[in-house]
Amino acid sequence: MFVMYFTEQPMSTYPADIGLEVGHTALMFSNKHFDPVAGSRLYNEYLEHYIYAEEQGVEGFMLNEHHNAPFCMQAKCNIFASILAAVTKKAKIVLLGNPLPLAENPVRLAEELSMIDMISKGRLVPGIVRGGGQESLAAGVNPAYNRERFQEAHDLIVAAWTRQGPFRWEGTHYQHRVVNPWAVPLQKPYPRIWVPGVLSQETIIWAAQQRYPYIALNTSIEATKKIWELYDKVALETGYEAGPENRGYLQQVHVSDSEEKAEKNARQFLWMQGEFTGLAHPVWSNPSGYFSPTLRRNFVEFAVGRAENPRGRPTFEQQVADGRVFFGTPKTVIPKLRRVLEETRPSIYGIWGNDGTVSNEDARTCIRLLGQEVMPAMREIGKELGLKDPFELNSPVHLRYSNDLKQMPQAAE
Amino acid sequence: MARGTGWSETLVELGEVKLHLARAGSGRPVVILHHDTGTPEQLDFYDTLARRFEVIVPHHPGYGRSERPQWLRSVRDIAVTYQWLLADLGADSASLIGLGFGGWIAAEMATMAPREFHRLVLVGAMGIKPPQGDILDQAIVSYLDYARAGFHDQQAFARIYGDVTTDQLVEWDLCREMSFRIAWKPYMYNPTLPHLLGGVRAPALVVWGDDDKIVPKSAGERYAALLPKARLVTVRAAGHCVEMEQPDELATLVSGFIGEN
Repeated sequence: MFVMYFTEQPMSTYPADIGLEVGHTALMFSNKHFDPVAGSRLYNEYLEHYIYAEEQGVEGFMLNEHHNAPFCMQAKCNIFASILAAVTKKAKIVLLGNPLPLAENPVRLAEELSMIDMISKGRLVPGIVRGGGQESLAAGVNPAYNRERFQEAHDLIVAAWTRQGPFRWEGTHYQHRVVNPWAVPLQKPYPRIWVPGVLSQETIIWAAQQRYPYIALNTSIEATKKIWELYDKVALETGYEAGPENRGYLQQVHVSDSEEKAEKNARQFLWMQGEFTGLAHPVWSNPSGYFSPTLRRNFVEFAVGRAENPRGRPTFEQQVADGRVFFGTPKTVIPKLRRVLEETRPSIYGIWGNDGTVSNEDARTCIRLLGQEVMPAMREIGKELGLKDPFELNSPVHLRYSNDLKQMPQAAE
Repeated sequence: MARGTGWSETLVELGEVKLHLARAGSGRPVVILHHDTGTPEQLDFYDTLARRFEVIVPHHPGYGRSERPQWLRSVRDIAVTYQWLLADLGADSASLIGLGFGGWIAAEMATMAPREFHRLVLVGAMGIKPPQGDILDQAIVSYLDYARAGFHDQQAFARIYGDVTTDQLVEWDLCREMSFRIAWKPYMYNPTLPHLLGGVRAPALVVWGDDDKIVPKSAGERYAALLPKARLVTVRAAGHCVEMEQPDELATLVSGFIGEN
């Protein structure tokens, strides 16, 4: 069982009341509301939280990035990853991840990640994402080709890591006269890629076809079970049996030294107005061509205000009830986590510990209790339930490194 | 189904492209190229022209009832596809009427085959970078707001679209996705087109609604300056969708112009 600590790194000093008044807090919400003095303090606090987490026994740092939005200050996860690679010693650095479609030059991304892998002495897990819809707009990258670019950039990065250069790349979205990055990863055949997601079935299917672990981001327990059903089915069709090593789960869990304080701080998970991608504008978060065509009717109705967000917008109480938010002391939280582990059987577990305006002191208390009490207990439960993670099993980094396939797979790349 | 009299619907195959066409009337061939929001099945403007000309209204590849060719990745690809269509139809000396986004396609077609066309009509045409202002970016407004922005008078919008159905929203989303696929960046113009317009031989009529909120009128002025035989006419009390808001006035203007020898 591999457990890691995560925070969205909120720019918590922005005027949330103005965000509510404007009605959206991403893309076009003016950066005049960004305060670089507070930003400087917060970036350093968040870095110190990760360093402190390792001191408290946390075995993994999960990092992500978002753009043009106060709910996440990290605009380039490779930057925090680089710093943590140099100043920490043992914890895995898990990026969930780099938004590949936004990359104009995936070879450069491959180089950056290789450097981080070497500096960290092989602790990097360079996960990959499609990026949010509004991030396509923020980056000026065509949302209609988001998935094509995601897959091609992946193929190019993996080629840059595994094929001896120089070679030429003539793709649909990327053309490179010479691919021959001097820096290559320390981990062989290449660092483990994990794929997080929320909704799109296409991503689950693709991850299963590659044999990459899929990390369900803050989905309800029931939705998570459906994700595994699909993943497992595709895995069987592809020729292998999926297990806990293919499954990851990110949950909002705030622990504190009292129930009251834990609940008060857990309510900060709704600081971003209760929706995973912040107070999103329905048009910008779902540009045409970006979302799953199977949900087209739902999204167009949402975009003009006729329907709720297909991603849902549950209340705090609903989220607590369906297992998306947990809070309490280690004593009360551990049994809840046991239930999740029993029901969904992941081997990779991200704990989203702090959000919003949780004070620095309370955030550090949460991290200490996670590192010293909650995560060790989870690892014990994981052993008891046989939830072996990809590192313990040394499972194949990609389908093509499998030696247990039951049938010849389709060409997966 | 085009509901005016005498309309026929056909599916034309051009290689891998399956194109939906509505046709009516007889006389000089006139090809009407619709907006980036597709086209309603019936418009008074189409019917009026069909009384005097052979009117051909294709649904652009990937829009309306023409299925999306996955390979098609530029507006020029559409313009070339339409040259192929006209060759197959044997429609010589056709006139082109380009509405908004369709105006971009028409302008590209005219530059490709400068001697081919009888008349070129551009109405609120996209395709070149406006010297002042920008083409409204539909990526950041909703389907409804974008369609409404095409009108000077919201009552005219209601006459055309009524209570907008979810089917209509889905169609607008499919249109928008196709527009992104072929015109995302630069958004809705081709930087090289202005340099090629000088070759067009066909006389051109450039029409602009006086309240066009989608394409700034400066683009119309630039088109009129760059096309060798062009004049610019402004239609009052009209937005971007002049053919929907002032159909009679536009039909009169266009009929007179195309009817010339």
